[in-house]
Amino acid sequence: MSPAIELIAINKSFGAVHANRDVNLSVARGTIHGIVGENGAGKSTLMSILYGFYEADSGEIRVNGKPIAIRSPDDAIQAGIGMVHQHFMLVEPLSVVENVMLGAEGGAMLRVGEAKVRAELARLAKDYGLEIDVDATVGDLSVGLQQRVEILKALYRGADILILDEPTAVLTPPEADALFGLLRSLKEQGKTVILITHKLREIMAITDRVSVMRRGEMVATVETANTSPPELAELMVGRRVLLRVEKAEKTPGAPLLEVDNLSVVDGRGVLRVASASFTIRAGEIVGIAGVAGNGQSELLEAIAGMRQPVLGSIRLEGKAIHSSEHNPHRMRQLGLLHVPEDRLRTGLVPAFPAFESAILGFSHEPHLGRGPILDHDRLVADLAQKMEQYDVRPPAPRLKSSKFSGGNQQKIVLAREIERNPKVLLVGQPTRGVDIGAIEFIHRRLIALRDAGVAILLVSVELDEIMNLSDRILTMCGGKITGERKASQTNEQELGLLMAGVVDEAA
Amino acid sequence: MSAPLDLPRWADTVLVPAISVVAAFLVAGLVVLAIGENPLTATRWLLQGSLGTGEGLGFTLFYMTDFIFVGLAVAVAYHAGLFNIGGEGQATLAGLGIALVLNNLTFLPGFLLIPLGILGAAAFGALWAAIPGYLQAKRGSHIVITTIMFNWLASVLIVYLLVNVLREPQSMNPETRAFPEQSYIPFMHDVFAAVGIEIPNSQLNLTLVLALAAAYFVWLLIYRSRLGYAIRVVGSNPSAAVYAGISPARIIIIAMVISGALAGGLAVNELMGYQHRLLLEFTSGYGFVGIAVALMGRAHPVGIILASLLFGILYQGGAELAFEQPAITRDMVVVIGGIIILFAGALDGLFRRLVAHLFARQKLARA
Repeated sequence: MSPAIELIAINKSFGAVHANRDVNLSVARGTIHGIVGENGAGKSTLMSILYGFYEADSGEIRVNGKPIAIRSPDDAIQAGIGMVHQHFMLVEPLSVVENVMLGAEGGAMLRVGEAKVRAELARLAKDYGLEIDVDATVGDLSVGLQQRVEILKALYRGADILILDEPTAVLTPPEADALFGLLRSLKEQGKTVILITHKLREIMAITDRVSVMRRGEMVATVETANTSPPELAELMVGRRVLLRVEKAEKTPGAPLLEVDNLSVVDGRGVLRVASASFTIRAGEIVGIAGVAGNGQSELLEAIAGMRQPVLGSIRLEGKAIHSSEHNPHRMRQLGLLHVPEDRLRTGLVPAFPAFESAILGFSHEPHLGRGPILDHDRLVADLAQKMEQYDVRPPAPRLKSSKFSGGNQQKIVLAREIERNPKVLLVGQPTRGVDIGAIEFIHRRLIALRDAGVAILLVSVELDEIMNLSDRILTMCGGKITGERKASQTNEQELGLLMAGVVDEAA
Repeated sequence: MSAPLDLPRWADTVLVPAISVVAAFLVAGLVVLAIGENPLTATRWLLQGSLGTGEGLGFTLFYMTDFIFVGLAVAVAYHAGLFNIGGEGQATLAGLGIALVLNNLTFLPGFLLIPLGILGAAAFGALWAAIPGYLQAKRGSHIVITTIMFNWLASVLIVYLLVNVLREPQSMNPETRAFPEQSYIPFMHDVFAAVGIEIPNSQLNLTLVLALAAAYFVWLLIYRSRLGYAIRVVGSNPSAAVYAGISPARIIIIAMVISGALAGGLAVNELMGYQHRLLLEFTSGYGFVGIAVALMGRAHPVGIILASLLFGILYQGGAELAFEQPAITRDMVVVIGGIIILFAGALDGLFRRLVAHLFARQKLARA
């Protein structure tokens, strides 16, 4: 039987960047095939070529053994390829039926097409267990169900081969489990699934075979049963990496940050954080686990002084912070520093040279210049030194901030905050979009800070990261803190339930 | 992933604008051809009239002085992410400031009166820009809309004041009496004559030096100072500004104040340097030329000086051209100016993309 998909010697360049170099890939029919690689390894480019967003400079695509030309997503759909994007392509105010129909209405009048869609959705629900209220407004559905609509769209268009790009990034663990169940039943029905992810745990859990990409090249394809996460990580990075940083038990010291009954309302008047209370002590990492968009971001911003809470108060080193001094400037002076969640939108200024981004939030410090004028030579020299300490590549302080890779940008931000000796450090998504090698480095730094007596509040959507680094874990759902656990005494299943809003009987 | 838009600095700052200007002149040449005139002769008159004679050069530099001020004004606001369309109104009010200072403090000697007049211009221009700035910062009223409205308010206000309040009773003209003579900013030909060098008479005066100093000040402010840093953070990444503890509202108001004060330089050049009285419509629409100048100069003081020179040539040479070749009317010259603005401003991105593409291809060929 010929493979469902064969890519032969695919090449693609963007300007001087060789994004795909002689890539070969063969995906057997009726299997789940994982593709892993670091950011910028060329996974997305390869899939975009397969789905017709880009055309390869050279190479051949075969579907079910037949060479075909895919010049647009239409061609891909014709060939039975469907794609579920990381960011959904849905029209939120429309119903599920209308979204599925979109682009395949079948004529000027909707009634005929709609009847067909309803019949087909009912069949899909029966065959694959893809149940959904077809008249619900898409905007009202949970993220997991919206993803299901995307999958239905692809299947409705006759997809035999389904590409999923980082499908679990926005899901709770229970939702991810449900998705995996669905993918398995698709496979049993003879569909082929290509899963792009950077979570090795998922690869191990669900795929039959896995291909690893590194710097635009396909470096290995292995049977999942014959490999292990450390081996895959080594293939991705090209050297041995530690997936879990060791940390010693430590008794935390005095409370440094006390948050009491904090409530935050966003610009549209929606309650984002509801009466959050917790304490972080010196030498302790407290992690906040939660699916993205459940109030963690607003909580961080409120503590940092970027948003005024509507209720509640915080204490720093036992001293109450008056609302008049609860602003980012003052909080920095008091030793509360902040590595923000979104580097590019908040943590640095992409258009600035790195040495200017490296003083964001501190441009008023007297030693950075003379009077009103900043001393650029000094800023450059300072950053050059930090770049060496933090192994930032390339070590070029005058290079535009946006030219560094995600991991190196994060190191620049971390260096800026850590080198100013925080008492309390707020850290949001420290390794989002950061490659595995840099993750190890960043984790070590955070542990070292904790061992030096800093109180750290860690927000991350990566449950592994929260579990590896934290001493204590709080879970958030819908703006509420739904539970608190010692990291050593909990597990993923329990946290997953708390993150999904199952209220903790102990709370 | 789009094609990378990376250019060497020299290509970004020199090559691309040069291509824009050449392209603009080619298209303008076609327009001249279309009305049956010879574009080469027209170009010759244009350059001859603006650079070919000492007198012409003087006028060119006089216009350039105007454009540097308004270009800098637009640029400072631009760095804060604001589009200040109100240079006209701010310069008009600056003219009122000058008149009030100079005609009320006639007893002061020149070395006091001139700086005070300049300060008056800056203060009134700043005030007129601060109000839209405040409305943008605190009320969210869009700065483009408010500054345009403030242009109209300024023009109506000045008509009212000149007709009803400031006009000399015996005069029929809506203008103030002449400023005291010690307040005149010296003409360049007088300055040169004082050191024994003969240059042709023109409107060019020492305000040009002030304009160049202002350009240096703006460079220092924007690229080297802590305040300029904050302005650029607000302009290019407002959420990073909030994170950094920089108040965007405060910076918006400050940037508009500086912008308005710079626009006041236009009034200094026109009134204290040349007209020596406040009169109607002395701004002649130059406030709007500032937008084109800042766009073309990439909001950088050096670029603004060069773009101002170009527009100075265009204004002075254009006047000569209209005089020498009557078929090419004053309106035609405005059309040519418009074409340049179109190419330097709106179509700038087109050439930038094209040049970037060529560079990327060349790099690839070498690799």
